Amino acid sequence: MKPFTYSRPASVEEAAKAAAATQGARFIAGGTNLLDLMKLQIETPSHLIDVNHLGLDRIEKTEEGGLRIGALVRNTDLAADKAVRRDYAVLSRALLAGASGQLRNKATTGGNLLQRTRCPYFYDTRMPCNKRQPGSGCGAMKGISRSLAILGTSDACIAQHPSDMAVALRLLDASVETVGADGGRRAIPIADFHTLPGATPHVETALKPGELITAVTLPRPLGGTHVYRKVRDRASYAFALVSVAAIFGGDGKARFAFGGIAAKPWRVAEADAAASRGARAVAEAALAGATPTAQNAFKQQLTAQTLASIYRQKEA
Amino acid sequence: MKFDSPATTNPIDRGRVIGIPHDRIDGAAKVTGTAPYAYERHDAAPNAVYGWIVGSAIAKGRISAMDLRAAQAAPGVLGIVTHQNAGPLGKGDMNTAHLLGGPQIEHYEQAVALVIADTLENARDAARLVRIDYAPDKGRFDLAAERDRAAPPSGGFGGPADTRVGDFDGAFAKAAVKIDQSYTTPDQSHAMLEPHATTASWNGDRLTLWTANQMVAWNVGEIATTLKIPKENVRIVAPFIGGGFGAKLFLRADALLAALGARQVGRPVKVALARPQIPNNTTHRPATIQRIRIGADSNGVIDAIAHEVWSGDLPGGGAETAAQQTRLLYRGANRLTAHRLAVLDLPEGNAMRAPGEAVGLLALEAAMDELAEACGVDPVELRIRNDVQYDPEAGPQRPFSSRKLVECLRLGAERFGWNRRNPKPGQVRDGRWRIGMGVATAFRNNLVMKSGARIGVDAGGRVIVETDMTDIGTGSYTILAQTAAEMLGVPLDAVTVRLGDSRFPVSAGSGGQWGANSSTAGVYAAAAALRTKLAEKAGFPADKALFEDGLVRLGNQSQPLAQLAGREGLWAEDSMDYGDLAKRYAQATFGAHFCEVGVDIDTAEVRIRRMGGAFAAGRILNPKSARSQVIGAMTMGAGAALMEELVVDKRFGFFVNHDMAEYLVPVHADIPEQDVLFVEELDDKSSPMKAKGVGELGICGAGAAVANAIYNATGIRLRDYPLTIDRILGASSGHRVA
Ligand SMILES: Cc1cc2nc3c(=O)[nH]c(=O)nc-3n(C[C@H](O)[C@H](O)[C@H](O)COP(=O)(O)OP(=O)(O)OC[C@H]3O[C@@H](n4cnc5c(N)ncnc54)[C@H](O)[C@@H]3O)c2cc1C
Ligand code: SF4
Repeated sequence: MKPFTYSRPASVEEAAKAAAATQGARFIAGGTNLLDLMKLQIETPSHLIDVNHLGLDRIEKTEEGGLRIGALVRNTDLAADKAVRRDYAVLSRALLAGASGQLRNKATTGGNLLQRTRCPYFYDTRMPCNKRQPGSGCGAMKGISRSLAILGTSDACIAQHPSDMAVALRLLDASVETVGADGGRRAIPIADFHTLPGATPHVETALKPGELITAVTLPRPLGGTHVYRKVRDRASYAFALVSVAAIFGGDGKARFAFGGIAAKPWRVAEADAAASRGARAVAEAALAGATPTAQNAFKQQLTAQTLASIYRQKEA
Repeated sequence: MKFDSPATTNPIDRGRVIGIPHDRIDGAAKVTGTAPYAYERHDAAPNAVYGWIVGSAIAKGRISAMDLRAAQAAPGVLGIVTHQNAGPLGKGDMNTAHLLGGPQIEHYEQAVALVIADTLENARDAARLVRIDYAPDKGRFDLAAERDRAAPPSGGFGGPADTRVGDFDGAFAKAAVKIDQSYTTPDQSHAMLEPHATTASWNGDRLTLWTANQMVAWNVGEIATTLKIPKENVRIVAPFIGGGFGAKLFLRADALLAALGARQVGRPVKVALARPQIPNNTTHRPATIQRIRIGADSNGVIDAIAHEVWSGDLPGGGAETAAQQTRLLYRGANRLTAHRLAVLDLPEGNAMRAPGEAVGLLALEAAMDELAEACGVDPVELRIRNDVQYDPEAGPQRPFSSRKLVECLRLGAERFGWNRRNPKPGQVRDGRWRIGMGVATAFRNNLVMKSGARIGVDAGGRVIVETDMTDIGTGSYTILAQTAAEMLGVPLDAVTVRLGDSRFPVSAGSGGQWGANSSTAGVYAAAAALRTKLAEKAGFPADKALFEDGLVRLGNQSQPLAQLAGREGLWAEDSMDYGDLAKRYAQATFGAHFCEVGVDIDTAEVRIRRMGGAFAAGRILNPKSARSQVIGAMTMGAGAALMEELVVDKRFGFFVNHDMAEYLVPVHADIPEQDVLFVEELDDKSSPMKAKGVGELGICGAGAAVANAIYNATGIRLRDYPLTIDRILGASSGHRVA
């Protein structure tokens, strides 16, 4: 691990300013992803800015009738929050399907959004990886790709976005509030927050240097029946092969978002539009343009089957 | 003491302490953090500094250049060990690849340097600055592709490469029912909790290693050979070990490099492997390809059975002896087994919990399920019909010392509710789940190994046991204390057990499920010698004296042990050595696994609903820790069936999923309910303890029971482990599982 310095700014503005001004600086929240990557020399920040003490750990109602979730709210607390469980159950379920109890106690809302891929070549610094080391090639594409993405990939990178929480946020049309290095605030719709790899897979979000996530806001509750179904290689504590977040309205309408299969939390308008035509129609729309490898082609079938299971249980 | 004729009644048969469930006596120390592990010996080596291993970035080839300047100049760096400055090194008999690579590279992540610094973080950061240029060679990484070039193995555990009895080909050709199937099992990682770790310290030319190692005496020899120093100059201390499963049987890079590093910097050095280094730096269970042919009559009675196994290892390595059990398990006059070994340039293959049987039974017991279906015989009944009470290769003149497979199958089936199983696959539904049940035989050889101990009574009447035996979480401390307490007639809490120090008498060590029976027999031998001394001192004839309540008694005379021990204490040392009983009698442990699974009708997710088993493994010394061993092993079997696989990148030649986020083992949610029944059995040909091994039996067959249950649930027969969602979906037709 590269030696690093550490600071605790007094305000969000100060934190953002310091991050932009300090060479090699990184925010640290729960540290459950960042510290692992530092130990493996995949991330080598020389300065850590601790954002745990900035009062960003509250959940409150917005004027629009939605919810503002502080960036430092722990995954455990968010999943257990009464309003979340009542009005945004899909978020609570997605959170509880992720990681382990211990990790969720530390993991934060902002950190979870920014967690990096689980591509095994990204995790081994001796291997080629365009995301870790731009221009070095992609180890996975012709190697082991079973867990990787089939949607939103590029010639440079086929990594999957591993978050469960972000899939639910995508479904709920959340927006990400930030403070920039210049003290300016903005709200980034979740759809635009994560970027596709294209030719620059090392760029993963719309955040600018130093930009700090302060909160995630949710619009007014949508009602309906909330489902989060995660399919993985063991019963708990594993990343999704496929996950589906869904909200079914009373009127045959539904919306869907997908995890484990795409370069970012995945949502397709055509899939929502196909809701009344059943699971297969939804799957076909959602998987349009898929670019699987031989090893992860099964994710197409598994996505369709997961949707079939959701429909079956809804009807039961 | 020599054990060369069946045991008669002895003090162990009293069963006052032995055979009673006890909490582990080291439990409190472990859960309160007062049992120090190898990396935590600050007490013994307070001024230790930290070593970080640099692993090879290629699988095969040469180091063409090393540039250490940047690393040497990094903050806190005290030294760097490489092949260039390590001095001449030998290689222990039990290592295939060199523990310190360079210039030749034998496998990915082979240690090529140790960076030593004042802190762990500085060592790790400087390791990043070690620049190495490689000239890679083309390697062989694909077992299936190398299969045709595989040759009969020479080394490794197990018997001859080829065995033949009768006329297999002729009998198989004539058989009314034939099964001929191939199965594959992947490379697997031990994934024990404590990584390989060592603190090393030199005092002049004398080396002490506080290390995580299952076999103290073996590795005194191995490190001495490797460093080219006399064995007498080495002390190994390993009182607490956080799991091993065979990963810590041998000398590994942590120990060698800690020793070399400590020599270079002139102070103690500690080295632990980081989790992501373990799968490729150390040993693993090798992948296999297995072909099984069984010929039976229409009632399922076997006449011909063949099991051929292909595995791979580095040049000079050993085979995975997966056909071992097939030589002994079922009847049949015509038999054939074969092992072939391919050369692969993957990391070193070696023993992992129940080497041979653990993967051999994944194939054999699935084939038996296929035979049961082909004959229309219930799978439990099929196994009963094919039971044989003697070594089927040698004939009735070599009976089993004890074999209660049939009892295990019957009792296990009854407890599990096997009669509720629908023999026709794909028939039982529970909501979104298809339900199925499977059975498999458990079989694991019983090995006995010479084992010694020293035992004494001190002036306060406390009994002290010393042996270099290890406790790798199995419960050795407790059963050794129980043995001493039973032999000397004192309560369990009057016994102190000291383990894992090469200054103590050489024991069997922990491996091959021989540890419990062999090491307690060693304590038995030493205690018998001490009983003689104590009786003599009391003036009683040794064979008439009774040891109970802390007294030596004869009629109505008695003397307290403490008094006889005197101020100096009284000690005896002996070992248990074995004659030819293991040759005259086949010795093995048996059991029956039952499993009920649910398979999601849409997504093919598999959930184990229940596992149950009945096991016969001689005297169960401590039912509590024996049960822990069995349920842990059943869990590992479930892992082998459903998820465990080191995934090989066949271009670069390494295991890709080399951490515990990606190498999956079962978690609690995967294992809801496990029931274990021990069938009563005393094996008088195994040792005076009348016990056998039980630490590995539970993994043997467990995975096959899961696979057979999946078949019963879905009608999908998969022969490539692990049975993951993609494989089940791939085999299911259309849009539904089954
Ligand atoms: C073994 C394991 C299993 C896991 N399984 C799952 C799983 O099944 N599903 C799942 O969804 N996740 C899983 N996770 C990932 C886990 O959810 C993330 O590690 C966690 O959410 C990250 O949050 P954190 O607060 O610890 O982030 P940190 O590690 O502190 O930070 C992560 C990144 O975000 C940046 N950052 C943090 N906060 C801010 C902020 N406010 N503004 C700007 N940048 C910020 C940091 O600089 C860093 O780059 C798993 C993790 C592990 C280790
Ligand atoms: S898929 Fe992306 S993360 Fe994985 S090796 Fe390729 S570039 Fe790196």
